[in-house]
Amino acid sequence: MSTVTQPHAPPKDTAHHDHVATRGSTSLSTFLSTYVFSKDHKVIGLQFLFSTLVWFLIGGLLALAVRWQVAWPWSDVPVLGKLFAQHGGQMAPEFYTMLFTMHASVMIFLVIIPILAGAFGNFLIPLMIGADDMAFPTLNMLSYWFMWPAFFFFGASFFVEGGAAAGGWTSYPPLSTSTVSAPGSGMGQTLWLLGLTMVGVSSMLGSVNYMTTIILMRAPGMTMFRLPMTIWAMFITAILQAFALPVLTAAGFMQLTDRLIGTGFFSPEGNIINNAMSGAGGGQPILWQHLFWFYSHPAVYIMILPAMGMVSDILTTFARKPLFGYRPMVYSIAGIAGLGFIVWGHHMFISGMNPALGITFMVATMMIALPSAVKTFNWLGTIWGGRIHYTTAMLFAISFVSMFIIGGLSGIFMAATPVDIFIHDTYFIVAHFHYVLFAGTAMGVWAGIYYWFPKMFGRTMNEFWGKVHFFLTFMFLNGTFFTMHILGAVGFPRRLADAYHYETFHHLQPLNAFMTWCAMGMVATQIIFAINFFWSMFRGPIAGRNPWNANTLEWTAPSPPGHGNFDFQPVVYRGPYEFSVPGCEKDHLMQTDPPHPAEAAAAAAAHA
Amino acid sequence: MDHDNRDRNAGSGGSPPGKTPGDSWADGLPKGRRWSGIAWSLLFLLVPVLGTATFVIAPYYDHWLPKDVSVHGKSIDGLFYFILVLTGVVFLATELILFWFMWKYDAAASSKPATYIQGSHTLEVVWTIIPAATMLFLAIYQMNTWADVKMRRPRMAPSVEVVARQFEWRLRYPGRDETLGTEDDLFVVNDLHVPIDEDFLVQLKSMDVLHSFFLPNLRIKQDAVPGMKIPVWFKATETGTYDIVCAEVCGWGHYKMKGRVTVESRADFNRWLARIEAEQKATQRGPEEIPMAAAD
Ligand code: HEM
Ligand SMILES: [Cu+2]
Ligand SMILES: [Cu+2]
Repeated sequence: MSTVTQPHAPPKDTAHHDHVATRGSTSLSTFLSTYVFSKDHKVIGLQFLFSTLVWFLIGGLLALAVRWQVAWPWSDVPVLGKLFAQHGGQMAPEFYTMLFTMHASVMIFLVIIPILAGAFGNFLIPLMIGADDMAFPTLNMLSYWFMWPAFFFFGASFFVEGGAAAGGWTSYPPLSTSTVSAPGSGMGQTLWLLGLTMVGVSSMLGSVNYMTTIILMRAPGMTMFRLPMTIWAMFITAILQAFALPVLTAAGFMQLTDRLIGTGFFSPEGNIINNAMSGAGGGQPILWQHLFWFYSHPAVYIMILPAMGMVSDILTTFARKPLFGYRPMVYSIAGIAGLGFIVWGHHMFISGMNPALGITFMVATMMIALPSAVKTFNWLGTIWGGRIHYTTAMLFAISFVSMFIIGGLSGIFMAATPVDIFIHDTYFIVAHFHYVLFAGTAMGVWAGIYYWFPKMFGRTMNEFWGKVHFFLTFMFLNGTFFTMHILGAVGFPRRLADAYHYETFHHLQPLNAFMTWCAMGMVATQIIFAINFFWSMFRGPIAGRNPWNANTLEWTAPSPPGHGNFDFQPVVYRGPYEFSVPGCEKDHLMQTDPPHPAEAAAAAAAHA
Repeated sequence: MDHDNRDRNAGSGGSPPGKTPGDSWADGLPKGRRWSGIAWSLLFLLVPVLGTATFVIAPYYDHWLPKDVSVHGKSIDGLFYFILVLTGVVFLATELILFWFMWKYDAAASSKPATYIQGSHTLEVVWTIIPAATMLFLAIYQMNTWADVKMRRPRMAPSVEVVARQFEWRLRYPGRDETLGTEDDLFVVNDLHVPIDEDFLVQLKSMDVLHSFFLPNLRIKQDAVPGMKIPVWFKATETGTYDIVCAEVCGWGHYKMKGRVTVESRADFNRWLARIEAEQKATQRGPEEIPMAAAD
């Protein structure tokens, strides 16, 4: 790779661009192939982005309904109450169980997983490695269109008899396999399983594509250790998906056959549900938990690693500094991914699993806190001694670090098996995963949107309103989620439609009401984001190729890039983080800039 | 973003942000105002300040661990506090460093370029080894408590069988022969009685779906799994009546699957058993009326 010497590669064949130009001819098929069934990774990325943002809104509204019931149980639900008026305007308990199940299912399977890999992965991978598209454009298109059956199954399940699934997003049998055990265990649960399978198909198609593309289609000079962290994270995430998903898919089918033809994989002998014998027997409910978490623990990293990668890139750009410890950062992602496969049992400490096995999982879980700590320290190292620019993207990125610290530390309580006895299935857990998923990943996603918006649409988002959006979201999110730690310390259980009739919990209602007010504020704040997003798409200031003076390859392409991405074949000479190189008259050297005399000396000195 | 950087050739030549000699360092990004850097760093200072304050204040308003009335609960709570202090220190240290860096390295506060450094081998080793040692210590330190609560089962016959069912707790005391599954077994629903200062062994079962037997004040939580008999044990240290909560979602009525546990002296406990026995004889209530999980 180091044999590349041509600093100014000739313009590439522009035939691709003509293709885009012909869309003026009002042919419907051209329109369809350009915008609907497009095989262009950027269009597919944006399709993922828009679809997942719509589901984000739906998931957020479901969360508000959950919060309403937790704060003011059995009181009339405003507005929505009239839509599902079973008991006047108040919520039935089975409706509540459905709400939290579908809130989490939507957020995890239709928002976080597809927005990271599907939207950002698709949009960024070819651009950041200097490729003109993905390795398998047709597979890529299919990976988006396989989300639609999932959208349909999840969406339709709200309208079937008994309502949508109500056994928790973890869907533990026998509640989920026995159709008589709860109203939501009927058709809704079947549709849930089908939707899950479709999300799996989509993810699998995506991950095969990402791995191949990253391995085979890097621009000349782009060695693996010159890849930006975003790409490293996407790469390792794709590997995680590919290894973990088959297990979930198989488990999902087992649950489906348990339900439909009575295979009994998960149903024990002599089970009596609702006064009727249930299930063929010969199965084991805990087996599902092993299979489910064998996927879903790696999945929590699938839900955060790409955000970590994006945050690393954004921090360096706005601190104008090289990433602190590039290789340790790569190795720690790999470490998280590897260890991620042997810690699933920490979700099952009190499930009835052999307690000695619990110890093994506990030790592995303690160890997985290490790479997370290493990453945090390196992020702090990255902004140390920098020149920090407080753009909206940077604020979201810094808040990712600040919030991830909280989510990571609360994990240690739960990893400690004896403490977990008390806090398992309480709001402590809910606090934990919202710090990593919402305060972490979702904030990272916003950082990514503000940062790459100029590349996506050729315009920048409004910074003032961006900062208002950041400030309010940051305040409300901590108001909503930090207090959950305190509820957890009291032992306040999750998934209860009304816990105030317990002596232990009856005094917690005011705190819950406060949290719900914050949650409502947080959702309302997103209106600012939505307006800014759409307004800037059409009216924002024109961005140019490289509005942030960043180094990575996507910033050498036009904004937005045309079909085929680059008008020059990018040739890579260095890693992605050459900011503030001493002796260099420019403050940043892009990956494509020809070698600079100051570099070699600086690089030698910089390895302290 | 009004700074101009629309260089069409950015791809091949890079975009000079224009540092002219004698000028202070320019990185081509708009220079923010110093007060805004200060404001943003103070916002992040709120995280450790309010975060700590929340944990300090909450116990005063009784928003804290419920009273512990068990022997093993002391070591669980001890471990909780130990981790709280440990993570609290790390939380404060890292969040304060973050605040300090944000305050100090604001681009608006300096005209110098950023420090060019790509990492530090020494630091990486230090901040890998120290957390590794700490976590390993923590892992080993807690094992004993875990073993006490979940592995070192007292050698005795079950004091009671608890069968969870949508949406109640069915209890079966062994009766005079101290053996479960015999004629003289005593049946109760949702009303667990426990003698104080004695090892108490529960045999936990479920007859339908998963449930979780959660006694907040006794620091006990254990899933009830159909098809399994799971032993749960504790020693209560204070008389009184406390909650039994179901902590694993088990259907629409999950929230109301409530029981009570009464810790009382041996004498009171025996009196209570005798009363149940008398009532049961009087009403001829027996196993037929209360469907129990399939025979052992
Ligand atoms: C990034 C976005 C989010 C993700 C990925 C997410 C994910 C989850 C997950 C996985 C659960 C666990 C549900 C279960 O295990 O059954 C959950 C529960 C919950 N979430 Fe979220 N969430 C997100 C945003 C929000 C927001 C914005 C709110 C509030 C406005 C919220 C409020 C809640 C509440 C109250 C619960 C507890 C429900 C219960 O178990 O009783 N979440 N969420
Ligand atoms: Cu996990
Ligand atoms: Cu329950």
